[in-house]
Amino acid sequence: MTILSEAPPQATKPAASGMMAMVRHTQYVLAENPVTAGSFALFVAFLIAAILGPSIVPYDPLASDTAAALQSPSARHWFGTDQLGRDIFSRVIVATRLDMTIAIASVVLVFILGGFAGIAAGFYGGWTDRIVGRISDTIMAFPLFVLAMGIVAALGNTVTNIIVATAIINFPLYARLARSEANIRREAGFVHAARLSGNSDWRILMFFILPNIMPLMMVQISLTMGYAILNAAGLSFIGLGVRPPTPEWGIMVAEGAAFIVSGEWWIALFPGVALMLAVFCFNLLGDGLRDIVDPQRRT
Amino acid sequence: MNAPLMIANAEPSPAILEVRDLTIEFATRRGTVRAIEHVNVSLAKGETLGIVGESGSGKSVTSYAVMRILDRAGRIAEGSIIYSGMDVVAASDSELRDLRGREMAMIFQNPRAALNPIRQVGRQIEDVLLEHVQTTRADAKQKAIAALEQVRIARPEERYHAYPFEMSGGMCQRVVIALALACRPQLLIADEPTTGLDVTTQKAVMDLVVELTRERAMSTILITHDLGLAAAYCDKIVVMEKGKVVETAFSKDIFRNPRHPYTRKLMRATPRPGAALRDLLPIESIGEAPTPTTPWPTAGDVLLQVEGLIKEYPRQDTAGLFSRVLGGRQEPAAPFRAVDNIGFEVRRGETVGLVGESGCGKSTTSMMVMRLLDPTAGKITFAGEDISTIPARNFATHPMRRRIQMVFQDPTESLNPRFTAARAIADPILRGENLGRDALRARCEELAGLVGLPVEFLDRLPHQLSGGQKARVGIARALALNPDLVILDEPTAALDVSVQAVVLNLLQDLKVRLGMSYLFVSHDLHVVRLLCDRVIVMRSGKIVEAGTSQQVLETPAADYTRQLIEAIPHPPV
Amino acid sequence: MLRTIGRRIATAIPSLIGVIIVTFLLTRVLPGDTASFFAGPAATPQAIAEVKKQLGLDRSLPEQFASYVVNLAKGDLGNSLTTGRPVVTELAARLPASAELTLLGLLLSLIIAVPLGIVAAVRQGSWIDHACRIVATAGVSLPVFFTGLIFVYVFYFLLGWSPAPLGRLDVFNSPPPTVTGFYTVDSLIVGDLETFRAALSQLALPTITLAVFSLAPIARITRASMLAILAAEFIRTARASGLKPSTIIMTYAFRNAMLPVVTTLGMVFSFLLGANVLVEKVFAWPGIGSYAVEALIASDFAPVQGFVLAMAILYVLINLCIDLLYSAIDPRVKVEG
Repeated sequence: MTILSEAPPQATKPAASGMMAMVRHTQYVLAENPVTAGSFALFVAFLIAAILGPSIVPYDPLASDTAAALQSPSARHWFGTDQLGRDIFSRVIVATRLDMTIAIASVVLVFILGGFAGIAAGFYGGWTDRIVGRISDTIMAFPLFVLAMGIVAALGNTVTNIIVATAIINFPLYARLARSEANIRREAGFVHAARLSGNSDWRILMFFILPNIMPLMMVQISLTMGYAILNAAGLSFIGLGVRPPTPEWGIMVAEGAAFIVSGEWWIALFPGVALMLAVFCFNLLGDGLRDIVDPQRRT
Repeated sequence: MNAPLMIANAEPSPAILEVRDLTIEFATRRGTVRAIEHVNVSLAKGETLGIVGESGSGKSVTSYAVMRILDRAGRIAEGSIIYSGMDVVAASDSELRDLRGREMAMIFQNPRAALNPIRQVGRQIEDVLLEHVQTTRADAKQKAIAALEQVRIARPEERYHAYPFEMSGGMCQRVVIALALACRPQLLIADEPTTGLDVTTQKAVMDLVVELTRERAMSTILITHDLGLAAAYCDKIVVMEKGKVVETAFSKDIFRNPRHPYTRKLMRATPRPGAALRDLLPIESIGEAPTPTTPWPTAGDVLLQVEGLIKEYPRQDTAGLFSRVLGGRQEPAAPFRAVDNIGFEVRRGETVGLVGESGCGKSTTSMMVMRLLDPTAGKITFAGEDISTIPARNFATHPMRRRIQMVFQDPTESLNPRFTAARAIADPILRGENLGRDALRARCEELAGLVGLPVEFLDRLPHQLSGGQKARVGIARALALNPDLVILDEPTAALDVSVQAVVLNLLQDLKVRLGMSYLFVSHDLHVVRLLCDRVIVMRSGKIVEAGTSQQVLETPAADYTRQLIEAIPHPPV
Repeated sequence: MLRTIGRRIATAIPSLIGVIIVTFLLTRVLPGDTASFFAGPAATPQAIAEVKKQLGLDRSLPEQFASYVVNLAKGDLGNSLTTGRPVVTELAARLPASAELTLLGLLLSLIIAVPLGIVAAVRQGSWIDHACRIVATAGVSLPVFFTGLIFVYVFYFLLGWSPAPLGRLDVFNSPPPTVTGFYTVDSLIVGDLETFRAALSQLALPTITLAVFSLAPIARITRASMLAILAAEFIRTARASGLKPSTIIMTYAFRNAMLPVVTTLGMVFSFLLGANVLVEKVFAWPGIGSYAVEALIASDFAPVQGFVLAMAILYVLINLCIDLLYSAIDPRVKVEG
């Protein structure tokens, strides 16, 4: 057992609680780590593209102009045009909204379902644990993308079903993470102390356990957002889920695939790069979010 | 006092190790930190030297530097280390590798973690032999078995094939010792080798180390935070504080005539025979003993009564349905009894000590008395009411809850990392009463004052508090509802010895002032002797002996109690 | 030893049961009429009624499940609408193509990722460490179908190094006599080096694409695991004993660090089997993934269901093997019971 040092480890400034402290701490994290700041900026850019996209793009993403088909990038069409003469730049920007919606919706869904199931399983044990475990194990018995294919194929080709399928295949990950974190803390001294103070089980879950597992869940959330986008794009690539002519990064890459062998690279490249940047941004965001939420990083 | 105090008549025997003016720096995120500064240590051949200090003193860093196994971030900034005439600081990596294991060896604090978990222990000893000694593999195997025999491991040919997880902590430490001594080094550095081991195992390990090193005329450095341990086993002692050496003296002198104020403070804080609780504090801070504000009936009526308490756990049967079907039916093993039919009582105003080694059931007992765990059978009566029938999950909201509270062992783990100290202390009050914000704050400040926590620390988060401060927050929280009975679960085990002295005195003062009773759970007999009126000794779930402190600790009736007492190192007083 | 294997196999049985139930339920939750899905978009009402009777959709759910399981046991996964042949036969015929591709891809990524992770951990802060971290972060962000397309563009269209992505062999070569179904192995068995070269050059791009995909998680977990182990206390003991650096890294650190990597392989396989489907589409690879995708486009549902079930069963078996491998190398895994 390590002997605790007597010297107080941190600076003498007291930690204020509340919104002001959160904002100040966020600023500190961003200032200290330029990579995190960069990924935040990129995330904001994506959000702007998603929200304002359709209103600010130069061309109608669905308008086809066969005369202008298959033009390489130029001053008129920054990303070129596809086989139907549609402006790729506009389509890429507008697609942001759909892909971000899918990502955020599926992550929120699985965070709520998986998070709560996992915490309950880890905290109460017994039958709750066994049932959640069985469900997780059954889902994990499938290769996840294949299961998503099966679900969307069975339920039908809609965006909602992509969201549902993505949430289902990520459920075990969240449930396991939440479960193991809750399990570790179940026997921690401060949880016992909370009981001694008269806190009911529900209060302990809400105020003692959940806030302490948030940092890890935060990292997981942003990683899953990236994975959700890749998943949706992959499903669209093979013809499941989002259907043409709706602009979505995955479909656009699929449409461009046919033209790559004949050298028209721009149709597939730009949506692919957009995909890459979005996922990359979410992955980097995860670390930054954890730093913000973890109280031990506060000085 | 800046200059370290040297012993008056230094013996001129040849020094095997000379550390002069050693300064070590670490590169951290916040810049360069000096771990030790201008440290001088000298070790004669055949001598046993103790380096004593509390956490942060730099004692381990010094020894890591001697073997040049510092972290990547560490750097020897100044000074020299001469081992048998060889300059360690300037030596090349391959020269040092030759030294390590062959000339100097080290044993560590956590023995099971110090061994490769997936390699047989015999093979690990063999690896060291093959590295340093010209020998064949078959021969090395014989030597490894011989090494295991020398550390008193029974059936060494079988144990050769064992893995660390199959062995107890004490046995693992013996393997580590065998590993260190396999190539017959001249210098052994023992870094807190007994911390974390049971008291009886501690003595066995220390005796073994001393015996083997004396036998081979080895020089030894013992690093420890326990001045008593060092004084009992070492010839000479070096005391370090905050990276500097403050005093060097013979062990027989250090208790009789400590010269540096820090040494004096450390010596006083070390629990030892003949010292009372007050004697542990530095002389300057001994105030007056507090008078009880709430008079309580002396040798009062029974507050807590435990009868026939049993806690059983079913044996681990991890096989699922299919495995059992395919693997054949098996008899379910008899359940394991952590607590086996014990009974005792605590009266008002008393401090009762519950003592035993790890696994004896004392923590399980305290958890049941706390009503955090349900007993399998038995009765727990508190203030006349039977509380064992109320299930643990419902007890949180029961009116009796506020009357029994607990101070936990690990101050870090027992505080919610997201609560400030004030919020943590206020939590029990918030659940029970309906005070306004100002009244709540006033009460928190009052409690902080009671436990000696400066008010400005109330708004800090746990990771901004020191170990002692966190311990005080835990105590204040336990007192918030004015409980009648407080269970103290090894409350000072994770604290430095000087902080321990202060906290123990604080606990005693609080008990007198607020008229509480304590159930003190510990494995440390010294501390128990200082604080407790009555003592109960447990082993394997049963009570072995019970009586007043004086009876049990000075004239023990049971053999096991005698064993425990004899295992405590006796500093020469 | 046999009992351990028996027990491990036993733990896989609940997973198999779960898989069978889920695939069964997936077919029964189709929107609209299940029978018309299986009969196809061009079916007459009589054909639909036939299929309905055949699938037993007029009976109760438990009865349907029972006949489903019985059919499975007989090896009957239904027939494909487009080809008319049994799904099982077609899956079996196309499985070796997918297996060859996936195994080669995994092998290639292991050969690169594991040493990369180890060196990155041992030489922290060096350029290899940075390269490894970049590979890990970037690799996870790349959509596997996108990487495939970029490779096709660069190596086929621009540089002409790689043959056209039209399948396992070009038009000039014919497949070697079937022993394993792996063209590379089979051509070597008969000593046909020409076919071997042709098969390998067709395999090159899709294999590299898959390898790039699985490189990232393996490198990341290897590096993280090595770093954690190198900071462990028993490594400090090894250093203090004066063991050679190579001994410490390989005998002490590496073997311990590989344990979490083996555990992660299960997850890597999950991703790989999914990525397989996408890569097969990009490179027109005649494996079971593209079989399912073609069936999807043609609204031919039986092959899709068969594919999902087959993949799941395969995955359960793979996980079982990984489990057994882990128990073999970690002595701490207790025999259950």
